[in-house]
Amino acid sequence: MSRTLRGLALSTGLAVALVVAVVASSMVGQLPIAPTEVVGTLLRALGISNGWQPTDDLVEATLWVVRFPRVVMALAVGAALAVAGAVMQAIFGNPLAEPGVVGVSSGAALGASAAIVFGVTALGSWSIALFAFAGGLLATLLVYFVSRANGRTEVVTLLLTGIAINAFAGAGLAFLLFVGDTASREQVVFWQLGSLNGSLWNEVLIVAVITVAGLVAAFLLAPRYDLLALGERNARHLGVNVEALRVGSIVLVALLTGVAVAFCGIIAFVGLVVPHLIRMIIGPGHRYLIVASAVGGGALLTFADLLARTLVGGADLPIGMLTSLIGGPFFFYLLYRQRKRSGGWA
Amino acid sequence: MTVTVRATGVGVVIDGVAILDDVSIEIVAGEVLALVGPNGAGKSTLLSVLGGDSKASSGVVEVDGRGIHSFTHLELARLRSVLTQENQVSFPFTVAEVVAMGRAPWERTPLRNDDETAIATALEAADVTHLTSRRYTSLSGGEKARVSLARVLAQRTPTVFLDEPTAALDLRHQEDVMTTARALAATGVAVVVVLHDLSLAAAYADRVALIAGGALRAVGTPVEVITAPMVSDVYGLAVEIHEQQGRPVVLPVRAQLAP
Repeated sequence: MSRTLRGLALSTGLAVALVVAVVASSMVGQLPIAPTEVVGTLLRALGISNGWQPTDDLVEATLWVVRFPRVVMALAVGAALAVAGAVMQAIFGNPLAEPGVVGVSSGAALGASAAIVFGVTALGSWSIALFAFAGGLLATLLVYFVSRANGRTEVVTLLLTGIAINAFAGAGLAFLLFVGDTASREQVVFWQLGSLNGSLWNEVLIVAVITVAGLVAAFLLAPRYDLLALGERNARHLGVNVEALRVGSIVLVALLTGVAVAFCGIIAFVGLVVPHLIRMIIGPGHRYLIVASAVGGGALLTFADLLARTLVGGADLPIGMLTSLIGGPFFFYLLYRQRKRSGGWA
Repeated sequence: MTVTVRATGVGVVIDGVAILDDVSIEIVAGEVLALVGPNGAGKSTLLSVLGGDSKASSGVVEVDGRGIHSFTHLELARLRSVLTQENQVSFPFTVAEVVAMGRAPWERTPLRNDDETAIATALEAADVTHLTSRRYTSLSGGEKARVSLARVLAQRTPTVFLDEPTAALDLRHQEDVMTTARALAATGVAVVVVLHDLSLAAAYADRVALIAGGALRAVGTPVEVITAPMVSDVYGLAVEIHEQQGRPVVLPVRAQLAP
């Protein structure tokens, strides 16, 4: 099957998955809601009066106050993480680079936790996001400059750098747990596990705005990421300002990861699994890869959140735990394949 | 005679060591210039300075009479293309996609319309048309080198730098690449080729520049530069020069092999 045909099939599949994920996630919960009611209220919000819209105020309130913000948050965070993964893989020239694996997420979590424990509120609801961004940026810069040599990134150096950064951030989080009061401790624990529970519209707005902006930036840079696959020197010979692209992309990754982590904690492996699967289906061209990763990441995280809410009756599982449970073995598989293909840690 | 790239008194010092010293050379449109010399002589350094990859510590490099570092990356990409020695691709792009990347500098210009013919001609010239649907990462070393050559040809720049384009190739494809270089020069392109094989350089180049110890030892026609005393001196090896169609062929003087 040609890549165009596969692309078409993938787009259709992703669109269907996205709609099913949104509707299913809105239906299921303590108060079961019919799919027709979900569609009805959405249509009414768009100004289309219809016979499906819910008559019960409780249903209406549950959807708009509890479920929809959570669903939109899942879509935005999933998209942000998947796109951050795709961009990171492009600038590292390595399919194993991922914000969670190399420590960008834990850097961001450390920044966010510091803001909570030390009570930084100078910038209102943006303070935590800003600290998360700063932590993520620092971690990305560190990984980038430590693990690159002669314009290439060795897998083993990349992963070792990730281990070091994750260890340091882990210690930092432990310290914050130690010095923080009970309330902030609880919040820090929440960060380490990751959850979409209790998403509010004002938070959703921040995440959505940054995700959309980041997605547009990544899409515009996509042709340059293609050229970067030829190596830095060749990309430069083809007119790419590699230094500027690199710095811009690092900021982009930190921004997308930081905003996701700030409100939902560490949700690992989305940025690894989603772009990888999409590359397998439609090839590595970055334009399609970035758009499809955004949609796929959103759909995947919405499904994952649905599972997190429903797998154990009455309990809300941490979603970060769930994605790592699935993503961990997948990462093993990728490592195994890469080792088999290149015969070592090239 | 149009000079596309001119280097004047170029020197490169890295960590206190002079890699290149006072090299002046002109790259001329319609001509194949071969850069030859022993390992570590400074050929690749000279190429990277001429191509704008690295800055000279002293001297100037000009493209069309303007300082090379006053151009943006994109402007330079429309003036010169470079085939590097290492050509790895990080993700499994197809050969067609890789060669099409050579057209990137011409996006949003009227020359965009030439994309299809430029790509088709380049694929043909590098003898890789049959590989277009293959993944680049699955090719052999020689095939990768030829696909990369096709990418560079598709860029269609007035100056083309080829850094050891024949290194990974079999005998026939070595000759093919050099024939392509000549054909390119015949259309008015300035071609600079780094080569190790002196006979190959002598057979196809209009001019040969011999680099040794970071300095330009000789530059001129193959017959002028590739002489037994010069080659023996620079390479530290006794050679005899034969002749084929008026061009020198270099053979080392070998001791009688034990039976």
